[in-house]
Amino acid sequence: MSLETAEALAPAARDDVVVRARDVVKTYGGTRALKGVNFDIHRGTVTTLFGENGAGKSTLMKILSGVEQPTSGSIELYGEQVTFASTVDARDRGISIIHQELSLAPNLSVRDNIFMGREIHNATGIDFAEETRQTRALMAELEEQIDPATLVAELRLGQQQIVEIARALSVNARILIMDEPTSALSATEVEVLFKVIHDLTSRGVSIVYISHHLEEALQITDYAVVLRDGAMTASAEVEDIDLEWIVRNMVGENFDLGSPPSDYTFGDVALSIQDVSVADPDNADRFLVDHLSLDVRAGEIVCIYGLMGAGRTELLEAVAGRVPLSGGRVLLKDKDVAKLTIAGRIAAGMGLVPEDRQRDGLVQTMTVGRNMSLASLGSFVKTLLMSPAMERKLVDGAIRDVHVKTSGGGAMIGSLSGGNQQKVVIGKMLSTDPQVILLDEPSRGIDVGAKAEVFGLLAARAREGLGVLYSTSEVGECLSIAHRVVVMRRGRISAEFGSNVAKEQIMAASGESLVS
Amino acid sequence: MTASTANRAPEDSGPKPRTSRIPTNLSIGKVLLEGRAFLALIVIIVVFSSLSGNYFTVDNIISMASHVAIYALLAMGMLLVILNGGIDLSVGSTLAISGMVAGFLMKGVNLPLSDHTAFPAVWVVVVICCAVGGFVGLVNGILVGRLKVAPFVATLGTLYVVRGLAELMTNGQPYNNLAGDPKLGNTGFNWLGFNKLLGIPVGVIVMVVVAIIIAVTLNRAVFGRWLYASGGNERAAELSGVPVRKVKVRVYVASGVCAAIAGLILSSELTAASPVNGQSYELTAIAAVVIGGAALTGGRGNVRGTLLGAFVIGFLSDGLTIVGVSSYWQTVFTGAVIILAVLLNAVQYKGTRRRKTGSSAPGADGATADAAGPRATKNSDVPQSAPDIGKTAS
Repeated sequence: MSLETAEALAPAARDDVVVRARDVVKTYGGTRALKGVNFDIHRGTVTTLFGENGAGKSTLMKILSGVEQPTSGSIELYGEQVTFASTVDARDRGISIIHQELSLAPNLSVRDNIFMGREIHNATGIDFAEETRQTRALMAELEEQIDPATLVAELRLGQQQIVEIARALSVNARILIMDEPTSALSATEVEVLFKVIHDLTSRGVSIVYISHHLEEALQITDYAVVLRDGAMTASAEVEDIDLEWIVRNMVGENFDLGSPPSDYTFGDVALSIQDVSVADPDNADRFLVDHLSLDVRAGEIVCIYGLMGAGRTELLEAVAGRVPLSGGRVLLKDKDVAKLTIAGRIAAGMGLVPEDRQRDGLVQTMTVGRNMSLASLGSFVKTLLMSPAMERKLVDGAIRDVHVKTSGGGAMIGSLSGGNQQKVVIGKMLSTDPQVILLDEPSRGIDVGAKAEVFGLLAARAREGLGVLYSTSEVGECLSIAHRVVVMRRGRISAEFGSNVAKEQIMAASGESLVS
Repeated sequence: MTASTANRAPEDSGPKPRTSRIPTNLSIGKVLLEGRAFLALIVIIVVFSSLSGNYFTVDNIISMASHVAIYALLAMGMLLVILNGGIDLSVGSTLAISGMVAGFLMKGVNLPLSDHTAFPAVWVVVVICCAVGGFVGLVNGILVGRLKVAPFVATLGTLYVVRGLAELMTNGQPYNNLAGDPKLGNTGFNWLGFNKLLGIPVGVIVMVVVAIIIAVTLNRAVFGRWLYASGGNERAAELSGVPVRKVKVRVYVASGVCAAIAGLILSSELTAASPVNGQSYELTAIAAVVIGGAALTGGRGNVRGTLLGAFVIGFLSDGLTIVGVSSYWQTVFTGAVIILAVLLNAVQYKGTRRRKTGSSAPGADGATADAAGPRATKNSDVPQSAPDIGKTAS
């Protein structure tokens, strides 16, 4: 995007701009994660970054908070050109970030966490009394009754979030970046957080806010900035925009993620999830998946949409055998697989492509080929030993089938791009010749082109009779290849739609507006 | 030269199915990495040969290889455990109790309810000792795999328990003279430690056979793939249908059996079994595995490297003895070599990563590789390598 258009899109320049990022480019290897982003932060306001996974939000925030340095472009802080050597450097200049995953030490007290790394010293060592006093003052400011001596592990997630904020405030943050701060919070905790945000902005602190809860973010924000594929596509003041505007700019209108494959009839029910429950390991009275039933027929593609914490991952992991069921049955072609191991379920014809590719999908110490063949080792064993020739045939075939761009099966898995790595994980499961494939956020962290390819691949397999059940947290992806969209909310199905549903309907059913 | 065949035999023995699948640019990195331990071995041999005329002689090489065999057997069992991401501290104690059980059986077992004393044949003794080692391993495996005790702690516990049991068998006294008696039909125990086939000590041959079995298992058997996968990323392996707990139990059992075999060979060489045998051998075994390029975090390492590591340690300490360096200095040198090997590992890894964009190095590299391993790349539309491979990949 050229500078002129970006300027034109930006809201009328005011003199209260505290941070002015211009033409920020970040490349990793051959991939451009940010393609020249212009971005302003105004004093005492909330600026929200909207964008799908992989749009570049996190990269931009990492640059602003000193975690990463931009490849090119400039950042002005109070009109002065700056480069941040490290997060400490950024923090010293008043920019703090609260990460999506809390970075507190649960074994330490609230006080010790707040002063971690910058303990107050007196003649005899750490001045605990002074630290405690300051912690109390911070808590009073945030209107939280948390004793400074409490262990962080004993706090609710929402309170831990408050401690994070207190820590940022204790270093006099003038700009506070919050990455998905509400994803783990209850509705009341979100209200508290929003109140805190209002207090902060009225004191002149600028907030940069990132959230997937679009409506929720709309309530709190003053400015909206939308990123797509590493470029800023739009920005506006909140008075001028609505939810529809955000979604349109986030997803883009002209990119096609495919449509449901048609001209064939579905087969029998391939996977039948009956009254399945998964108890919350931390709270036995609560169900992460709450007596949920769902059928997937051979050749059918079903999408599960839901916010973070809706229970999508838990449902898929329970069906695949990763977490035990608290109740219910899972039938695969009329055979109850609920008692089988993961290996047994793969053999029976059902496998899971997990959400977190790095953590659950790939073995980084192995090659592309060995990752690809890992779930179907039995198919190339000849008299006790694996046949390298048969394995190579399987691997080469799978690499072709799922269009992995690689120099060959012998390349290390780490040499592939995210999209190609994801195709390897999918190819691994497809190599087991499944009846049903479960995919948890199959498009997470891959670019739009790879997304379309992955969906195309699944559509082609569905046409051949594969049952596909995938989950997503991005509305745009529900409206691609799925024949049916199931919305999950708090462990239950809150709505079910055909493929002709509108985005707004899906969002409403998911409870996108937690605070209203 | 018989000498060189003696020390080269074990590395040639490993199967090489992988080389056919790996592009040529990768094998350069591989050779460099494995060359590190090999180079150290060459340096050791050259240095000590120049210091002492007795070092590089057939007799000495054979004698050193026999010492190495004990370490190598322990180290290969340890390799399996380390590939799984665990550690087995109990192997020294297992070695001792295996020898003690052999001694106990060779001295005759008084059968209850009768006056007879049974003298089991040597092969029975061998089988029972291996079973004892396997049982110790099974206990470790159940503690680690089923009861989720940290490997370090679980095997530290069995280290003490098993050592104590070995001492209790005779109140700390050794069993001497295990030669057996022709009249009783239990001779042949010293065959393991003393005899030679084609001029090679039986212990060395046992080491080679075990090496071949483990190498084939690692490279060609499904179990080997399971082991590499679950050591590299247990969660991903599990979701791919790998029975990760079964794998875990089995590697400890295998390590116990390897330690028992080492115990048999050692007590046969000494024709005596002492409950204090093998103290701190677990550390030597770990050192051999590490020098051999395996990563303590699991998933990386191979038999060839581990054997080289065992040879480096064995040849170094024997060489120091031959040139008359005090045993205290030997300890210092051994430690220095371990540190140096691991440091070289890091240096070499960095070098290959820059040149080869990381695609070659992680395969065989040590602990340092893990800094760039699984968790380093959260943001995954980013290729984890430098541009040239990135282009072909995306």
